[in-house]
Amino acid sequence: MLSKLKVPLEKQKVMPVNGDEAVAYAVKQCLVDVVAAYPITPQTIIVERFSEFVANGEVKTQYVPVESEHSAMSACIGAAAAGARAFTSTSSQGLALMWENLYIASGFRLPIVMAVVNRALSAPINIHCDHSDAYGMRDSGWIQLFVENSQEAYDTTIQAFKIAENPEVQLPVAVNLDGFFLSHTLENVYMLPEEEVHEFLGGYRKPVKTYIDYLNREVEYKLDPASPLSIGPLDLYDYYFEHKMPQVEAMKRAGDVVRGVNEEWYELTGRSYGDGVIDSYAVEDADAVIVVLGSSAGTMKYVASVMRRKGFKVGVVRLRMFRPFPFNEVKDLLKGVKAVGVMDRGLSFGSYGPLYLEINTALYYSRERPLLVNYIYGLGGRDLSPAMAEEVFIDLINTAKLGEVKEYLKFIGVRS
Amino acid sequence: MVYGVEEVSGVSSGNPQPEIGPIECEYGRDYNLPLEFNLRKLAETRKPILLPGHRLCAGCGAAIVVKLIGYALRGPAVIANATGCVEVATTIFPYTSWAIPWIHVAFENAAAVASGIEAAYKALQETGRLPFKNIDVIALAGDGGTYDIGIQALSGMAERGHKVLYVLYDNEAYMNTGIQRSGGTPMFAWTTTSPVGSVIPGKTQPKKPIADIMVAHRIPYVATATPAHWADLFRKVRRGLEANGPAFLHVLSSCNRGWRHGLEIAIEISKRAVDTCYFPLWEYKLGEGYYLTDRSLQIARNPKLKQPIEKYLELQERYRHILRPEGRELLKQFQEYIDAVWQDLLNRAVNAPE
Repeated sequence: MLSKLKVPLEKQKVMPVNGDEAVAYAVKQCLVDVVAAYPITPQTIIVERFSEFVANGEVKTQYVPVESEHSAMSACIGAAAAGARAFTSTSSQGLALMWENLYIASGFRLPIVMAVVNRALSAPINIHCDHSDAYGMRDSGWIQLFVENSQEAYDTTIQAFKIAENPEVQLPVAVNLDGFFLSHTLENVYMLPEEEVHEFLGGYRKPVKTYIDYLNREVEYKLDPASPLSIGPLDLYDYYFEHKMPQVEAMKRAGDVVRGVNEEWYELTGRSYGDGVIDSYAVEDADAVIVVLGSSAGTMKYVASVMRRKGFKVGVVRLRMFRPFPFNEVKDLLKGVKAVGVMDRGLSFGSYGPLYLEINTALYYSRERPLLVNYIYGLGGRDLSPAMAEEVFIDLINTAKLGEVKEYLKFIGVRS
Repeated sequence: MVYGVEEVSGVSSGNPQPEIGPIECEYGRDYNLPLEFNLRKLAETRKPILLPGHRLCAGCGAAIVVKLIGYALRGPAVIANATGCVEVATTIFPYTSWAIPWIHVAFENAAAVASGIEAAYKALQETGRLPFKNIDVIALAGDGGTYDIGIQALSGMAERGHKVLYVLYDNEAYMNTGIQRSGGTPMFAWTTTSPVGSVIPGKTQPKKPIADIMVAHRIPYVATATPAHWADLFRKVRRGLEANGPAFLHVLSSCNRGWRHGLEIAIEISKRAVDTCYFPLWEYKLGEGYYLTDRSLQIARNPKLKQPIEKYLELQERYRHILRPEGRELLKQFQEYIDAVWQDLLNRAVNAPE
């Protein structure tokens, strides 16, 4: 199969880059018209590298060094509405500041791509990784993808444009990568020749066509003096609800598009990430399975492989796509597993971790419901060591043996 | 197209539907439309950018302002509108009054959205994908969206040098939410959040000097205007569009609901704002300085034309309390403030008589 790759490995360029740089190089190759961004740790390297590309004339992108993340997303919305391909990136407080605009980007059906370099939310202020920022945009109508390593950050950033701009989708996509664990850690990353990326994306962005009743014809959905559209009108109880339904439908279609793009990418590069939606490890005959997002999946898979050698039937499910949430796939995949542990790097105070709630929902309709435990870990960048990961597996195995859950919500690696 | 609704009619309800085609041709293809000062010819040859059927209040200043801006366009243009009266009243779905491309994103970010649009058109142009020689980008916001919540985005847009004409239609309070004070509300004005009480006489702070703040950004062009001085407004819109960088136009826009005046006097009140030097007309050109224009220049040349501030205030119930005998001291303060600001402008204006 590998010999049939469109771009065999020897034609891909290996670059020693960190996760942020991997994203910056990906964006450089994507014929992006407008990048509007604001510095925030640990995302800053993305905009630093990208502004170097602009300064050196390596890209024709308009770089808008806005005065806040709120304006970053606003400028991306304006640019995308004008027909451009737009990108931004942020972290933590920056994402929180964008919040109202996230809903507008998706409500306008604009295929903006954003790298979210995951970082804890204040207070207390902390610059290190957790997923509370990404969880905060959970309901905003964005497709949310989580990557495990910098190679995947590069690959997924390019894929994100293709997913977002698919006529069946037309939704913004957030590519999540763990702050510092990925953003600031060097890794060898295979990169495609630029023209291959252009071809993969079909060149520059082409806005979709839509029928506009008051113009009585089909026009491109963009701000065009030749076909004057009013984008963002006041929409009250007589229409608002109906206008939310196409977003619901687009989200339903997004999963298949993410899977399709993952396949296409495999044929192009030889790399794929599970089926694009779920990347599982040794789940088939497992008694105890951990569900996790992001870079921790690497640690969990490694520990699972060690434990497998010792005879423990353990497995790992890494969700690559958090929105739309793959309920049916999760349900099928975890069928017959005795105990499932959901690892959340973030939580909803007064409730469980957001990922746990989704898994719980997915399993509710399963006839063979596994025991379910929520492990909150790694807040504010607290490391998840292999020893801690093993503890989690042992705890889960014991839960399976016991046949009941004593404690549904557990906190891993926190001092008492 | 729309769930559960069979037919969605076109532009506005209630009125005969204006033709869209000719407007497209006019604003979509020409690049150097001359300014037209002959009103008859204007009415015959230009179509408004804001079509009939919008739901702004009867006698609203903002509707007049927007229409006048449209008459001064030189060619294709798009508008990025902040949340506010104009946004709400011109686009209630499924209707729109806009004959040119229009976008509304949120309250505080008209300038940032306009920045993004301008950057996009630049990118499209530089890669040969813009089917127009030029598209002018206009940001349109009220006083809340400019003085207060929108000033950060506005300042950022100005500093970055985007080629955008930012038009502030200043009705001096949050009128869309029901007359709450803003940074643009003048001293002693009554609003629902600066009520006139037995202890506090309305708003106690003066209006923020927004246009001077924009001058301080050293952008190419800043000007003030009113819908009463329409020819002056036309020229300023055009200069703003032609400026080589950001331009800012501060237009006084009366609100009869909030200022508490009759429906038919929006223009008269705008005239008196200038006649009393409450709202002087000027423009600032980078490298040249401030110029008084129109009626304000006449007043500078002939100070006898300057009317006492009562002439402006007496038309508005929001100032009722300072026109009563017990408000005499406040009225004096108001007049002194106006005089000081006017004198300051005279000192700075290049074309003011010595």
